[in-house]
Amino acid sequence: MPTTALLKILLVVAAFSALMLVPRFFRSGISAIYKKEINAFFASFIGYVVIGVFLVIMGLVMWVFPDYSVLDSNYASLETLFSMAPMIFMFLIPAVTMRSFAEEKQSGTIELLTTRPVTDWQIVAGKYLACLALVVFALLPTVLYYITVYVLGQPQGNLDSGGILGSYIGLLFLAGSFSAIGVFASSLTNNQIVAFVLATFLCFLVYLSFDFLSALPIFYGKTDDIVQSFGIQYHYSSISRGVIDTRDVVYFLSIIVLFLAATVLSLGRRRW
Amino acid sequence: MSVKVQHLIKTYNTQHAVDDVSFEAHAGEVLGFLGPNGAGKTTTMKIITGYLPQSAGTVQVCGFDVVSQSIESRACVGYLPEHNPLYRDMYVLEYLQFAGGLHGVKNVNKRADEMIERTGLQSHRHKQINELSKGYRQRVGLAQAMLHDPKVLILDEPTSGLDPNQIVEIRQLIRDLGKEKTVILSTHILGEVEAVCDRAVIINKGKLVADSPIEALKQQFSGQNLVTVEFSQSVNEKQLLGISHIQSVKKLGERRWQLVSDVKNDVRADVFAFAVSNQLTLLELHKEVFSVEDIFQQLTR
Repeated sequence: MPTTALLKILLVVAAFSALMLVPRFFRSGISAIYKKEINAFFASFIGYVVIGVFLVIMGLVMWVFPDYSVLDSNYASLETLFSMAPMIFMFLIPAVTMRSFAEEKQSGTIELLTTRPVTDWQIVAGKYLACLALVVFALLPTVLYYITVYVLGQPQGNLDSGGILGSYIGLLFLAGSFSAIGVFASSLTNNQIVAFVLATFLCFLVYLSFDFLSALPIFYGKTDDIVQSFGIQYHYSSISRGVIDTRDVVYFLSIIVLFLAATVLSLGRRRW
Repeated sequence: MSVKVQHLIKTYNTQHAVDDVSFEAHAGEVLGFLGPNGAGKTTTMKIITGYLPQSAGTVQVCGFDVVSQSIESRACVGYLPEHNPLYRDMYVLEYLQFAGGLHGVKNVNKRADEMIERTGLQSHRHKQINELSKGYRQRVGLAQAMLHDPKVLILDEPTSGLDPNQIVEIRQLIRDLGKEKTVILSTHILGEVEAVCDRAVIINKGKLVADSPIEALKQQFSGQNLVTVEFSQSVNEKQLLGISHIQSVKKLGERRWQLVSDVKNDVRADVFAFAVSNQLTLLELHKEVFSVEDIFQQLTR
């Protein structure tokens, strides 16, 4: 299909220009904000708590709880990880992102931050990347699960590595989308709890609600496929099959850009 | 011209917070921004720093328009907002490095050390901002404002909440800064204006009511000379009115009088001559000096 080819070229161009931006990133205000946010995560223990809680829940579900455990299911697969992680992320990522703008607004530091010679886009990008990086830190140790399952397989290494790689990429996109939603929710309020609840609700809405909606009689059997394709779940499970479809990538990138643009708009609200 | 404010108007809904204010601030001067609470001082400062947009009028900082060349103008401003917001869980040095990073300061560490020294934070550099007392937090706020060596410093109530010794130190610091930079500081402590500022801009209910050097302001408002005099014996009003240039007299006490004359004439010599010729003994004779308090009260009533 020519449109997909065009999209692929666009994607390559986007990826290339993103790479070109890397050296600029280290000189710009984004890196200062990014570093500050990462330090704040680990100074306030949010970072350790998030990573710890994620790994404890994942560990229990993967290896201990008999209903889900890899050891009891007798299949060399990481299916449990990839089906449970989005549900945990739905609560954990809002906990990571809730303070990003709400706290600054509460303490008034937003006034100093927005009068520095950095654009609102740089501020949003710095904070967003820091939140995403923390989620990636939490996800990294799960590579150990892959190695374990790989070794446990019979014969050894008998698992769908391509599918797993695809699932990881899908999970990263999902985390990226949830982080963008969370940062946006945080920019709407100066109350961190409101930001958390709102972000969780929005994540749920974007992740699952379209699947549920598609079962309504007006869509079911007619346009339910289209309705589903608005939700993250549809594209996440599509990528998890191990095929990186440009449509899914474009979908995730659009969600991320959409919510980050909304965040920039919301940050500029004082100028309206 | 470091800061140029022209016909600035800011409206919230229908209320005019700042109403047609124009003034300029030059390098090498400390401009005192005076006004009662809610007069529009903070709003004006927020507009100059680019935090809030104006409803009408223009503001230029170092020749850059704060709206269309926002990033450039923000780069040459150091800002200490009202209430001095800080990241409480950051360490002093870490915070200064962060501020330097946002401004793209080269040699951030060296510069941060200089600022720590200049604001007297040496023994606190590795403390969390949370642990600092209000005075030291204020110093951190000043240090971050000066860190990138800005041409313009906007300080919103820089000495609020400090003890008298700290106030003296910070004022000295501001005076030193004012020798080369443009400093605009808002305050409602009038003594501060006299102690620190070269010029005062007074606004009331969003309107500019005065903009002149402190000395000129004082002269302008002492539109009349007031002389207080006390004699050892009682005199009557008529006798006093006989002294040349005296316009009116007011009885303050048993033998104390306040004599009013126009600005040009110092009547003290005449009063003395009057006392001598009438064989009265002078117990007191002095000229009242208008304080900034009087001027402020007159202008903002």
